[in-house]
Order: sequence, then structure tokens, then C-alpha cells
Amino acid sequence: MADFNVEKREVGAVSILDVKGFLDAHTAPNLENAFNGLIEDKEYKVVVNFNELQYISSAGLGVFMAYVETMRENNGDIKFANLKEEVYNIFDLLGFPLLYEFFKSEEKAIEKYNQVK
Amino acid sequence: MSKLVKNIRKRSTFKSSTDNLSSIRDFVRSTAQDVGFSKDVSGNIILAVDEAVTNVIKHAYNYSEEGKILVSISFIKNKFSVSISDKGTHFNSKLIKDPDLKEYYKQRRVGGLGMFLMKKLMDDVKYSQPQNRNKVTLIKYLR
Repeated sequence: MADFNVEKREVGAVSILDVKGFLDAHTAPNLENAFNGLIEDKEYKVVVNFNELQYISSAGLGVFMAYVETMRENNGDIKFANLKEEVYNIFDLLGFPLLYEFFKSEEKAIEKYNQVK
Repeated sequence: MSKLVKNIRKRSTFKSSTDNLSSIRDFVRSTAQDVGFSKDVSGNIILAVDEAVTNVIKHAYNYSEEGKILVSISFIKNKFSVSISDKGTHFNSKLIKDPDLKEYYKQRRVGGLGMFLMKKLMDDVKYSQPQNRNKVTLIKYLR
């Protein structure tokens, strides 16, 4: 069975989700739980750190699509940072860069939140 | 690129549980790499297979873990084919349109992206219904 793990950190007002391993239809519910937890805690400014994510299928992409609007309606967003090229290519194939912001580093993504009042 | 690999035929049956996705990916990845596909192209093939199997689990078997999924791999000349077949609910691929991400965003709809990815990642995708089965065949040519 492939491993997937998601952990939350806070940097100021921004919540960072560190995702690790393999995100597929089997492991996507773990990520959904993490987003449900953020919404319960009213934490809407999210950066997903992909540094240690090895693999993503559309089941994983669907999780971001399901939660992004709730975050945006509450003055937040889901921003993506540190994607490996092969993972970014899948997002790109589906047109995600039109609707989501991607950053080379977690710091740049956090900076973007701090610029917007 | 390996010229030594002869024609290959392999098959394996899996239960229709998402728990098996990683074993199915491993089964296909090792064969794709054995015949000479690069890491990147093998990665595309296993993602397409994952999407096909996920669709079978979701739509043909409606998440029941009692269904069976047959995964057959063949490599003949330079043609690498992976067929995924099931005995679940009949599926008409012609009814599924390509997704429009902006529309998805507005409607908060999730899913339906798998077929689109399969088409983008493979050289050819064929759907058939042999003997009351659903079968999808994913084809990639080794160049």
C-alpha cells in the first residue's frame, strides 16, 4: 500500500499543509480530512507544500477543486508551492495554472498572502 | 533503449479496492520500465492506468470491494498496451465530454478528469464491451 501523509503547520496567519508520498483515490480522503479541519478552525489561507509529494492522480486534484471556493469566499485561498516537475505537469495538463497560483517556494506563497490586505 | 526485450504478455487480477491502486501501479511500472520506457513516460502510463482503475472502482463497481479487475499488459514490436476490464455496470464512454475546468470550478464538481488525462497521457485509448465486460485499452508506442 502506498503511503501518504499530510501535516499542518502555521506560519503567522497562513496554514501550511505538508503533503508527502502518493496521493490517489485511496489516500485522497486523508487530504479531505485535513481541509475539513482547516474549515472547522476557520483557517482559510492555505499553502500546500508539495516538496515531498511523489505522485498525484485526478482524485487528489479533485480535493483542491472541492475546497478552493470555500477558502476564497472567506478571504483565503489554496496556493501551491514546491511542486516537482512531473507533478506540476499533471496540474498543467488540466489547466490548473489558470485558476490557481503556483510558487517556487513556500516563502513566496506566504509573501503573496501578506501583500494582499 | 533496450532492444533485448522480447514480446511480453502478462495478466493479473485485482479486487476492486482503492487499496490495490499502488500494487497495480507497481505491476505496470515494472513492466513498462523492463521494456525500455523512460521514468517519465512510465510515470504517464501508470497515471493513465490509475485513472482507468479508479473509474472502474467508482463507476462500474460503485466502490464495492467485491468486484474483480483484470489488468493485462502486452508488448508487441513497439506497442505497449494495458487493458483494464471489469464485469461491473455498463459504461458508455461516448457520453462523457472533455472537462472544462472553469465550469467545474463554478459548479464545484469534482471528478470526471480521469478520462481526459488518459487521452492526454497515452497515444490511444479504446473502449469496448467484450462478453458483457467493460474494457479500456491504453496504448503507448515505444519510440
